[in-house]
Amino acid sequence: MLSRGKLAMILFIVSEANFFALLVIAYVYYHAMDSSGSTGAGALDVVTTGLYSICLFASSATLWAADLSLRRKQYQNLSLWLLATIALGAIFLFGQGREYARLFASGITISRDLFGTTLVTLTGFHGLHVFLGLCGLTTLAGLALRGRIREREAQAVEAVGLYWHFVDAVWVVIFGVVYLGSVL
Amino acid sequence: MKGHELTGGGIGAAVADEHAAWAPHESLLGWVASVDHKQIGIMYMVAAMVFFALGGIEALLLRIQLAVPHNNFLSPETFNELFTMHGTTMIFLVAMPLLTGFTVYAVPLMIGARDMAFPRLNALSFWLQVFGGVMLYFSFFTHGAPNAGWFSYAPLSENAYSFGSGQDYWILSLLVMGIGTVAGAINVIVTVATLRVPGMTMRRLPLFVWMTFVNSFLMLMALPVLNAAIVMLLIDRLLHAHFFTPASGGSALLWQHYFWGFGHPEVYIVILPAFGIISEIIPVFSRKPIFGHEFVAASTVAIAFLSFAVWAHHMFAVGLSPVANLFFAVTSMSIAVPTGVKIFNWTATLYGGQLRFTTAMKFAVAFLLMFTVGGLSGVSFAVVPIDWQLTDTYYLVAHLHYVFFGGTVLAAFAGTYYWFPKLTGRILSERLGTWHFWLTIIGLNLTFFVQHLLGMMGMPRRVFTYPDLPYWGGLNMVSTIGAFVLLFAVAIFLWNLRVSFAHGEEAGDNPWDAWTLEWATTSPPPVDNFTRVPPVRGRRPLWDLAHPELADELQRKAQ
Repeated sequence: MLSRGKLAMILFIVSEANFFALLVIAYVYYHAMDSSGSTGAGALDVVTTGLYSICLFASSATLWAADLSLRRKQYQNLSLWLLATIALGAIFLFGQGREYARLFASGITISRDLFGTTLVTLTGFHGLHVFLGLCGLTTLAGLALRGRIREREAQAVEAVGLYWHFVDAVWVVIFGVVYLGSVL
Repeated sequence: MKGHELTGGGIGAAVADEHAAWAPHESLLGWVASVDHKQIGIMYMVAAMVFFALGGIEALLLRIQLAVPHNNFLSPETFNELFTMHGTTMIFLVAMPLLTGFTVYAVPLMIGARDMAFPRLNALSFWLQVFGGVMLYFSFFTHGAPNAGWFSYAPLSENAYSFGSGQDYWILSLLVMGIGTVAGAINVIVTVATLRVPGMTMRRLPLFVWMTFVNSFLMLMALPVLNAAIVMLLIDRLLHAHFFTPASGGSALLWQHYFWGFGHPEVYIVILPAFGIISEIIPVFSRKPIFGHEFVAASTVAIAFLSFAVWAHHMFAVGLSPVANLFFAVTSMSIAVPTGVKIFNWTATLYGGQLRFTTAMKFAVAFLLMFTVGGLSGVSFAVVPIDWQLTDTYYLVAHLHYVFFGGTVLAAFAGTYYWFPKLTGRILSERLGTWHFWLTIIGLNLTFFVQHLLGMMGMPRRVFTYPDLPYWGGLNMVSTIGAFVLLFAVAIFLWNLRVSFAHGEEAGDNPWDAWTLEWATTSPPPVDNFTRVPPVRGRRPLWDLAHPELADELQRKAQ
């Protein structure tokens, strides 16, 4: 049966999915009806962001490996895989920061037009969730390094893991809709 | 007596430790630092009553201004602030926390648990609610309270038209409370899913628990919609973005879709727990099990699903396509079916019962009548041409007050008379209760029934004054007098709470001879709720205990 922590996290993810759904709807709605000429969608750097995205997607795999290590009681490996996950997530955030810097420099800001408004809100909230996920993972990694994660704490690792996979899945949607959508 | 040790009820060691560390005591710190679901439930209710008083004062000021034509008691600006604050307060700071208070107090007791699944998260939800409310009222001390109405239509709520910070306070406080509500909903779902005492299957859940359980899913799905919408509005206002500003390409209509995408589920969020309260009280005071338990339970789920498919009936007047209007008219009418099923079930439970008209029962029966009036005017709004004629008139104000006041508030009064003995160990005075009841019913109908007529005569809502047209002054005066009758009714209620708390009749464990588990423990319950939970072999464990030869399950099998 589901542990209480895991069930609570699944319910939380359901509510978060609803939250992101509205942000995506706003982006798509304005993108579809846009009549103001230049949308700025051409300014997006699909290739570079795609490379950083691979890091985020890979972090789901490393987290899965961490979970597996915990089940096999290989606590040394657990710490290493958690650290790898954090590193990959941080690289992704760094990439998003660079993308923002580039977009802002070319004048595409949240107050410029509807494209800027919806893009920065959507990706910004996702970035915030990645950051919060990193906080959770860092806490777990700190505990793991001090040898404080055993079977009893497994549900905490699973709950943070679910959240991280969710954040990852949201990026699949955003990357598809925003980035791939801009070149198709 | 055979029973279950409470620790067998599925409570993990971690919760037990957490609980013991915070054993409640009657000091101020004991309340503020409490993670006990009973104390938190009571604090929810007390906080809701404080805000009920504030929202009530706002309503009275509005009614004084509207008592006579061409009145100058309030300025138009103040009038706007007061109706915005009145609506926001009554929905977010009264109805929701009051029902959450009942839920948080009663659900663990009714399923034989020791506390909620996450006691500290429970406390966090409560304090987010309180400080969200304080933040909303703090706006009065800044550049003025929010004044764009409780649904804050864009672009009125945007910088160009609302340049004070009141609107920002409105957004931030709703966001804070919304996060607390989502956390609370998760807590209730996990509690019901994992902490039921053995024997308490989902099919045997008391209907109040079932409805708050379903309601929590509704909150879980609907509140993020509000949170996302108000976050976008906040980004518009603070970072000069363009979501809902038509001048720069944004869409005011999108705000309406988003707000009512939350807003219509929300009106069910504040009525489903009220249905739950009524479903507990009517059987107990009819001395019969509820008629058609499965139908009452299933219709709740039907309402929950349908509530997400009706939002645009708030928007018939904006000029959606005829197909959209037709769709939402049909879904809105069809939601009356599961609601009607409930009304029939409650009425059938009364039929042939040995009725005991305690104050709780009086309020429950009045709920049936008053809520049906509100339900009928609600169905009339589903008819698109009627909506075009009557939308944003006092007919709408009458409708929503019959469902909120005649529904939620009457059920909350019924629930208070029903559970007060469990909360405090003393019974509320029936003599004062009778006064409270009749003044409430008279005041409610005086205040709001005439508003149907005013609306049909064309009086728009949210106008700070009106011309001296035939009947308008007289009917408005009747409405204002009714509001003051309600003031007296509430004053008697508060007085009743105070004197009965101090000197009321001792309740004992089970003053109403009720059947659900909360009545198996002492009044008020001990910190750990139960020493032993009676065995649960049917929907009415205490009935089975008292009448083993007539136990519900035996009867069912015999049929």
